[in-house]
Amino acid sequence: MSQKCCKTMNSSIMKKIFMGISGLLLCTFLIGHFAGNVLYTVNADLFNIYAHKLVTNPLIYVAEAILIIIFLAHVVTGIRLTIQNYTARSHKYYLKVKTGRGSTFASSTMIYTGVLILAFIVAHLINFKYGAYYGTTVDGEPMRDLHKLVAQFFMIKLNIGWYIGAMVVLGIHVSHGVWSAFQSLGLGHITYTSYLKVIGKIFAVFTVIGFSAFTLYALIQGGY
Amino acid sequence: MGGLSDKKITLNLKIWRQQDGIADGKMVDYRLNDVKTDMSFLEMLDLLNERLIREGEDPIAFDHDCREGICGACSLMINGQAHGPEAETTTCQLHVRKFKDEQTIVVGPFRAEAFGVHKDLMVDRSALDAIVMAGGFITVATGNAPDANAIAIRKENAELSMDAAQCIGCGACIASCPNAAAMLFTSAKVSQFALLPQGKIEARERVRTMVEKMDDLGFGNCTNEQECEATCPKGIKITNIARMNREFIKSLF
Repeated sequence: MSQKCCKTMNSSIMKKIFMGISGLLLCTFLIGHFAGNVLYTVNADLFNIYAHKLVTNPLIYVAEAILIIIFLAHVVTGIRLTIQNYTARSHKYYLKVKTGRGSTFASSTMIYTGVLILAFIVAHLINFKYGAYYGTTVDGEPMRDLHKLVAQFFMIKLNIGWYIGAMVVLGIHVSHGVWSAFQSLGLGHITYTSYLKVIGKIFAVFTVIGFSAFTLYALIQGGY
Repeated sequence: MGGLSDKKITLNLKIWRQQDGIADGKMVDYRLNDVKTDMSFLEMLDLLNERLIREGEDPIAFDHDCREGICGACSLMINGQAHGPEAETTTCQLHVRKFKDEQTIVVGPFRAEAFGVHKDLMVDRSALDAIVMAGGFITVATGNAPDANAIAIRKENAELSMDAAQCIGCGACIASCPNAAAMLFTSAKVSQFALLPQGKIEARERVRTMVEKMDDLGFGNCTNEQECEATCPKGIKITNIARMNREFIKSLF
């Protein structure tokens, strides 16, 4: 029984389902992250209070653990898929040309954009979560001045450049990822698939422009 | 309809030659003159083979049967594409007129770990039969055939089932998939039954055993690249893959 269960969990369709669910959950995380960023543009104190409440809430550890599990599931399954798919055709073609009617730049580069996003996330955590600690006091309560850190970080134009570059990579990844996730979860349909593709592209553009806008806002607004 | 053409062209062919399933193969160059543009791609290979036989050489082995685009026997990677560059066209229905005079054409066998090469361009696609044998059938008591209209079937489902059943099992979807996945083939075979009342009875076991067999045979995993749909000579849609995913998810509960 357990062997059968193991086989089911390892089946090619289950891997698709893992990728789809984890990918969509990570997309919802992006929306949450975006909403948090919006506070940056509203008010420095509000942004700092939000960040403070987020990290001091004991549930943050549970949330972070879930996020890490989802993220690792996505990364590990992605790497496994890539290795298995590579070995599924050990004798490579002498000549292979794409039809031009199917695969796209985004769909054929998922593992590369994925690895770049992974590298970006590590850098992003080092830059901010584990970055310099500036203190401030809001309404008598001492807390981290994350707003200052962000503002100072994006004073450097090079940082803006590679952050926007990373967002473009993320945009390419999700432009295939979103509809692909729905297809993997069995929601592909003769009519709706085209809508799902459009939704994926809108989400990709929203990701690139939305997140990039914050870096430029931080620059225009100036540092401390 | 322009009627027959007397036009003849010269082709520079690069063809994969391999003695048997174990031997190493290599690309061999052939220059073929006086190829009528009205010839099908396979007739062009026949022409070359006739010359090779006359010259006392071993003719090129390739798969073919009906030569009218319905049997799924012909294969070939032609200039890097399964069944050549034309959409919804099998190799036997591809014509020389689609190529230019003095054009170089690279011809090789379909490749996947689950496929083997018997000889030259002949591909062992018995893995596809194994997938079908794993569950691509319905179990019924034999006897008199029931009336065709005894079981009511929704028109839309009947159409979709027929669309899926158009799959001729040529393996082009696998050959052109960057991952050598057999999802489109398997999903077509799952779908043609899943859409009909007769197929629903064993739907749960069918999708599980067929997917399990597909995985065991060493086919790759689907990453929704859609090259399969783009290259399928019968226009099988990837919505069948979504349906198979749904069937698989349903089978978990």
